[in-house]
Amino acid sequence: MVPLSDFLVVGAALFSIGIVGLFLNRKNVITILMCIELMLLAVNINFAAFSHFLGNLDGQIMVFFVLTVAASEVAVGLAILVAYYRQRRSIAIEDINTLQG
Amino acid sequence: MIETGFFYLFSGLAVFSALGVILSGNTMYSVMWLILCFFNASGLFFLLDAEFLGIILILIYVGAVMVLFMFVIMMLEVNKAVKREGWLQYLPVGGMVALILFIELVAAATSGIFTTDKMMMMSHFGAEVNNTVEIGKILYTEYLLGFEIAAIILLVALVGAIVLTIRERKDAKYQNISEQVKARKEERLRKVSM
Repeated sequence: MVPLSDFLVVGAALFSIGIVGLFLNRKNVITILMCIELMLLAVNINFAAFSHFLGNLDGQIMVFFVLTVAASEVAVGLAILVAYYRQRRSIAIEDINTLQG
Repeated sequence: MIETGFFYLFSGLAVFSALGVILSGNTMYSVMWLILCFFNASGLFFLLDAEFLGIILILIYVGAVMVLFMFVIMMLEVNKAVKREGWLQYLPVGGMVALILFIELVAAATSGIFTTDKMMMMSHFGAEVNNTVEIGKILYTEYLLGFEIAAIILLVALVGAIVLTIRERKDAKYQNISEQVKARKEERLRKVSM
């Protein structure tokens, strides 16, 4: 029987790896999006673990909503990248700072 | 016992492939690692009696979102464009932040607050409990408003993505329906006296 704290430690590890990835890959927008996906996945594991160990399905519903929001975020983010690439022929982070108002 | 073994397999592979996501230089390889990470997280969901979410994670994340990532990477040719010079510059700061956060989270998780006897003894449901049915029962009653808001969010994201990426071509031939409807008989017909 795996205790709840083990699942929480896995979630914490994935979340921390996502944060390190944000710092390491800050020149690559696509990898940054993937790191955000990793962090959301860590949150989802925590939700599912608490849902199981509390015997309450509400946590799984929350995972459902988090998945919805993450999917739409990725779709819009990648659409912005494609639109920007058409304008500039580049999606390097250093070039995107011309977007500031 | 076999459950513990599977837990360590899935969680170890998930953490390993997450490290692969952030450390591999090629963006395409990062996507592949992330797919492996999602498969293993899906295995963890199965261990947690969340079969519906495990399937959803594979179908939607691996089947749709990751394929979308791959399409975008292939279309944009970022593999050549991205240079990783100076990528270790922020590692001390980021590593410190993440390490402190990790230690704090692990300390909170293993402090015993979450491991009361009742939660430790939580056993698995039998085969007569259908996870999808149970989720549907509360999703369509108690969380109906949230469900509809999620649907609207998805619709807005769909329309937004299309509006952002649509490109009007000058040389393409379009059908102008309002012009067609407005057309009168007098504009098109000409009586000729023989």
